[in-house]
Amino acid sequence: MNVVVFAKWVPLGTPELGEDRRLVRGRDDGLDAGDEFGIELALQLTERDGGDVTVVTMGPEGAAAAIQRALAMGAHRGILVTDDALAGTDTLGTARVLAAAARRQPFDLVVGGVESADGYTGTVPVTVAELLDLPSVTFARKVDVEGGALRAERQTPGGYDEVTCSLPALVTLTAGATEPRYPSVKGIMQAKSKPLERLTLADLGLGPADVAPTQSVAEVAPAPEKPGGEIVEAGDDAIARIADLLAEAKVI
Amino acid sequence: MATIWVVAELDGDAPSTTTLELLTAVREVADPLAVVAFGAGADAMAAAAGAHGASTVFAVGDDALTGAPRAQATAIAALAATHAPELIVFPASYEGRDVAGRLQALTGSTLMGNVTGIVAADRARTEILGGTFVVDVALEGPAPRIVLMKPRSIEAEASGGGPAEVQRVTPEMPDGLRDAAVVARHEEARTGPSLDTAPVVITGGRGLGGPEAFAMLDELASAIGEAAVGATRAAVDAGWVPYAYQIGQTGKTVTPEVYVAAGVSGALQHIVGMKKSKRIVAINKDPEAPLMKLADLGVIGDVATVVPALTEEIRRRAGS
Repeated sequence: MNVVVFAKWVPLGTPELGEDRRLVRGRDDGLDAGDEFGIELALQLTERDGGDVTVVTMGPEGAAAAIQRALAMGAHRGILVTDDALAGTDTLGTARVLAAAARRQPFDLVVGGVESADGYTGTVPVTVAELLDLPSVTFARKVDVEGGALRAERQTPGGYDEVTCSLPALVTLTAGATEPRYPSVKGIMQAKSKPLERLTLADLGLGPADVAPTQSVAEVAPAPEKPGGEIVEAGDDAIARIADLLAEAKVI
Repeated sequence: MATIWVVAELDGDAPSTTTLELLTAVREVADPLAVVAFGAGADAMAAAAGAHGASTVFAVGDDALTGAPRAQATAIAALAATHAPELIVFPASYEGRDVAGRLQALTGSTLMGNVTGIVAADRARTEILGGTFVVDVALEGPAPRIVLMKPRSIEAEASGGGPAEVQRVTPEMPDGLRDAAVVARHEEARTGPSLDTAPVVITGGRGLGGPEAFAMLDELASAIGEAAVGATRAAVDAGWVPYAYQIGQTGKTVTPEVYVAAGVSGALQHIVGMKKSKRIVAINKDPEAPLMKLADLGVIGDVATVVPALTEEIRRRAGS
């Protein structure tokens, strides 16, 4: 049972508009919290059934820290794809890179998050699945592998579906699907000696045209502003004010 | 004018409200405008699709294609190769994302998520920084360009057209196409009204401190009556409530009469999912929390005392 897990290096914290109206991103970067659920799943499956967990990240050199975190949790090896040509690439370029990196080792399962904390598109994993000719189960909140088949509970708007498909396959996990472990001190020490491969586009057999951006910002305008409301301190008067507002809206 | 397709989502035998919103959003810039619908129910869409501006409904395949994203993407790619649409618009639903993502791999075209408006066949609109800025994005590269449009970005409005012409399409599927199969479906009964339709939505964020505090929100919802409880991504990520509660950029978009946020700071990812609420009440210890600035009424205080006091006040008023 070999598992490839995708992990993303994202800006943490809330972006803000600076005084010059330019976007100021969160100061720290880190492993997307949404990816830890998949790393945990991969660890649990391989601890039970044997096999390796390979973590794949695309990003700048600093993104190696996301892989280090996964290695410290227990993953066996990491691949970091870094290339100047990847700056500004979009979902298709990203999917091509991740698919090519996944192909470098035999796998039974590919695991991703439902969506990244910074982009939210939520389509890259299924695009990878199509490129790799894999069936997929997205929005899984519970996953198991048995007898060469994936069984999962897939979140739906009103409940969940029991879904199955044969391996190899791709699955994306919702938050809370597993309980990610914290890296132990021993794990952090061991991570330093685990293999971390750094690859360029050319190493993956891809060229700049494969990852060229296909979207550009044409216009930015401030949204119409909403008049500000009122802010009051808690107390009996505040409680009555909320109740009055509910009554005005005719909902109580 | 450009050939634009909207991929329909069925609600029983009828197109979903989101499908009608998408048709309303694109019809000004589309000619012709067609709907792609899967399953046996597709034929029944002709009247509603036509009334919202579509001239054609491609009714693709039989019920075997319902809920089969790989087969649907394969079918759309083949159909697109014949008819060459310039833009294909999907609802940003679970299914929509699955099919759109796979279609992108097959067509090699651009894909844009979180779209709130269509400006032209090669230009789509989105919002950034919690909806404080509107961005128009030029879509480049080979057609068909693909966008995922957020539900409730605009209101559906009929344009008064006659029934659309239904063209039945039987797609050819390659041999050995492996797809996932649904073994069983489960509906999870939520108590009270759904987040989509409740006139009052009460949302808990990380400021609640833990999962047990959601019981307090349930109490308030029950005192109000027609109220549903939601959560921020932070509360869902913490495992306090299931994903189905999530309101925000992903998760649900809600537009209730009154939105009550308890211990919600107002991360941008959250604000996008609730800012169109008619009235917003925020309860938070931190007067600087972004959601306090957006609120019609912001109350600086501890949710653990304010929420139960409010529940009691509403019960007292109901009793008098």
